[in-house]
Amino acid sequence: MTDILQVRGLRAWISGQQVVEDVSFDVPERGVTAILGRNGVGKTSTLRAIMGLISRRGEVRLGDERIDGLLTHRIARRGVGYVPEDREVFAGLTVAENLALAERDRSPRRELVAELFPDLTARMAQRAGTLSGGQQQMVSLARALLNENRVLLVDEPTKGLAPKVVDDVAAALERAAQTVPIVLVEQNLQVVRRLAEQAVVIAAGRVVHTGATADILDDADLTRRLLGVHAEQGAGA
Amino acid sequence: MTRTSRSTFVPVIVGIAVVVVLAILPLLNVSIPGVLPGPTYTPGTLALLSLCMVYAALALSYNMLLGTAGLLSFGHALSFGAGAYGLGIVLQSLQMPLWPSVLIAVLGGLVIAVVTGAVSLRVSGIPFAMVTLAFAQAASVLVRRNAQITGGEEGLSLPTAHVPDGLVGVVNTRNLYWFALVVVVMAYLIALWIDRSRLGHVAGAARENELRVRVLGLSPYRAKLVVFVAAAVAASLAGIAYLLLQSGTQPHAVSADLTITILVMVVLGGVGFRWGAVVGGVVYTLLDQRLTVLARSDAIAGLPDVLRIPLSEPLFLLGVLFIIVVMFLPGGIAGTADALVRRRRARRAPVSFVEADRADDVAEQDVRV
Amino acid sequence: MSTVVLALLTGVGLGALYFLVSSGLSLIYGLMHVLNFAHGAFLSLSAFIGWEVARRLDAANWGGFVLSILVGAVVGALFAALTELALIRPLYERHIEQVLVTVGLSFAAIALFNGIWGTDPVYIAGPAWLDATTSVLGAKVPNVYWLLIVVAAIVLGLMVLFLRRTRYGIIIRAGVENRAMVTALGIDVRRSFTLVFAIGGAAAGIGGVLAAQWAGYVSSGLGQTLLIFAFIVTIIGGLGSLPGAAIASVLVAVLQQFANFFLAGTGDFIVVVLLAVVLLIRPSGLLGRAAI
Repeated sequence: MTDILQVRGLRAWISGQQVVEDVSFDVPERGVTAILGRNGVGKTSTLRAIMGLISRRGEVRLGDERIDGLLTHRIARRGVGYVPEDREVFAGLTVAENLALAERDRSPRRELVAELFPDLTARMAQRAGTLSGGQQQMVSLARALLNENRVLLVDEPTKGLAPKVVDDVAAALERAAQTVPIVLVEQNLQVVRRLAEQAVVIAAGRVVHTGATADILDDADLTRRLLGVHAEQGAGA
Repeated sequence: MTRTSRSTFVPVIVGIAVVVVLAILPLLNVSIPGVLPGPTYTPGTLALLSLCMVYAALALSYNMLLGTAGLLSFGHALSFGAGAYGLGIVLQSLQMPLWPSVLIAVLGGLVIAVVTGAVSLRVSGIPFAMVTLAFAQAASVLVRRNAQITGGEEGLSLPTAHVPDGLVGVVNTRNLYWFALVVVVMAYLIALWIDRSRLGHVAGAARENELRVRVLGLSPYRAKLVVFVAAAVAASLAGIAYLLLQSGTQPHAVSADLTITILVMVVLGGVGFRWGAVVGGVVYTLLDQRLTVLARSDAIAGLPDVLRIPLSEPLFLLGVLFIIVVMFLPGGIAGTADALVRRRRARRAPVSFVEADRADDVAEQDVRV
Repeated sequence: MSTVVLALLTGVGLGALYFLVSSGLSLIYGLMHVLNFAHGAFLSLSAFIGWEVARRLDAANWGGFVLSILVGAVVGALFAALTELALIRPLYERHIEQVLVTVGLSFAAIALFNGIWGTDPVYIAGPAWLDATTSVLGAKVPNVYWLLIVVAAIVLGLMVLFLRRTRYGIIIRAGVENRAMVTALGIDVRRSFTLVFAIGGAAAGIGGVLAAQWAGYVSSGLGQTLLIFAFIVTIIGGLGSLPGAAIASVLVAVLQQFANFFLAGTGDFIVVVLLAVVLLIRPSGLLGRAAI
């Protein structure tokens, strides 16, 4: 299987402060690759660096093409979907407007979105700022699924959500993963185990371990050392 | 930032040499045609050079705010006007001798700065710029309104009753020149003190990363306030020199236009560099004067309107120059020169990198302590 | 009583003028984080050219006058768009430099206008109706204020329609909230920047032509004076908020007029005090950051 995304020697800075020291990993063109690590190690920054939202150096390839020097909107147009931490829906816009903004292709996959997120279809005219956390997460995911993306970067989609909603989000991601490869940053290890075949572990801005998710999470010592939690817990902050 | 002992002395010696040369200039017969209107002993040239020094002092004071502390103020003219109008009003109403009046004017400028600074620094960034603008606007309105005290739109002329004869009149332009030289040296020393002091370092660190400074237990607010007040005092001194030199002052001295002019000078010269501020103030004043003369010349008058009109407005040319500098040479004169020197130094022996690293470490320690 | 009515109505009218100038500033800052110092120059140029057009046709004629307003809008929009393309866009993401470049532009533009039209105010005339007054509850309100109110209301309505109903409007509203996320959706916000500048310039241009009627003259200083008030209004209303700019415009202007009428002409001073007070209590302004 070829890789859809190849990251080599990625370094990144926020306001002059280096937040990613040296990250390298590959994302296969099918399935879910998880990025794991404690709080503050640079997982979110890695995704933001790939999206070009923060200063970065290093090599990032999408398929055959290098995207590390492009402006963010060009990277997105090349087929990189982004579901940020904290959702970042536009609170002052309605659900419909949020989704309309995201439509890039000539034939957006509205039926897929309607099927995956029936709750949203009923709330099209509602201001996104008044939605619950879970509903906002659905909007954020829907935005990325409307277009035929080549890879999705998803950052802590279950953060702060109730268990039932976490389940819904995980199910939606499972469905999505059937059509597009996903890079998933997630603290909830149960969700990680359910969705991701392989994982990349980051500590202090560097990759310290890669391997099959099951292998990592089944090794209690490894899990505790790298992630600072017990494998049975891991419901994230 | 410390350097090796050799390089600490060189700038000091250069500085003293420059001041000495400037001091004896009125006694010499130096002509720079095209730049100076006449030889350096003539009142006309001395007046121009004095004005250059007044604006250099003002630019230095603004550089303390923008360069050292990262404070973009749109109300700096307030301090300048406080000095100019302050001295004029004190001389007019209190009828005291010059030097005590100067002291009172400086103190007045200081008090105003403490009050406005304490209020303005409660916010930062754009809101800070707007509050400072607001205060200066209020002052501008007060000045224009209270014509009995300030002379209103006509301006205030220097009440000469208690000014020593040696500082009044065209004949004594030389003495005013030396007064202006003293003022610019004082402004420079104040700027130097601020830059070298712990407070200056704290303010500078806060400019980069306010949170880190607070976490270290230092108070960015207090440091910024001290820099703000020091800058205001320097500006008030410049205002005082201005009043004496021009034998009067106008509402323009407290206007937003003047603050913008100062901003142009500092950016042209190079934000963050003391000598850049001086160069910026001098170059701007000379260019303004020269371009005005050029504008009235026959050569320009003969041109077709399309060329004549822009060329006869010095401020237009200066504005365009400013735009070009901001877009292509954001470091200004001093910044560009500094970058060139650094690039040349970098190509020499790695020894200089070690020195540079050590210098950076020492600077870091200053902030940490 | 009639003085109160007069102060109130002229306040609303003046607020209408402030809105025309500040609406653009607010949107530009909200979307681009640029404090556009050249906005006053857009206003002044539009006022001058609008007057030149009116002069050549027939200043007292309503047709000529309306045309001069339209010309003012076009001139303002063009000047603003060119500014954005030539000076602001090359400095993408360098906000301090962008502000400085607008400062430089205002500096150069004012000097150029002085060179072309001179520094003395040029007294102008418009349709005769504008010089007359209308009586309302005993107050004689100069008609120019009614014109200001009507035009500003139309402009506000058009802006709201644009922001709510068009794709660019949605992009701009989203961009004011979270510009980075808009780019992450694959949208090139830079085109919206030019558009926002153009819209702001058009509104300022209309404001310029009307301001000339209100003041009775055109001069390069006209733009600068109004710009300072526009800044104050924008900050008070909340940078990036169109309703904030509208509310703050009226609030500030009414307060100013009342102070002028009843507190011995201290209107300017009161406005400045209000700004300081708002900034210290609520630095983000009345309505904070949301375009609509």
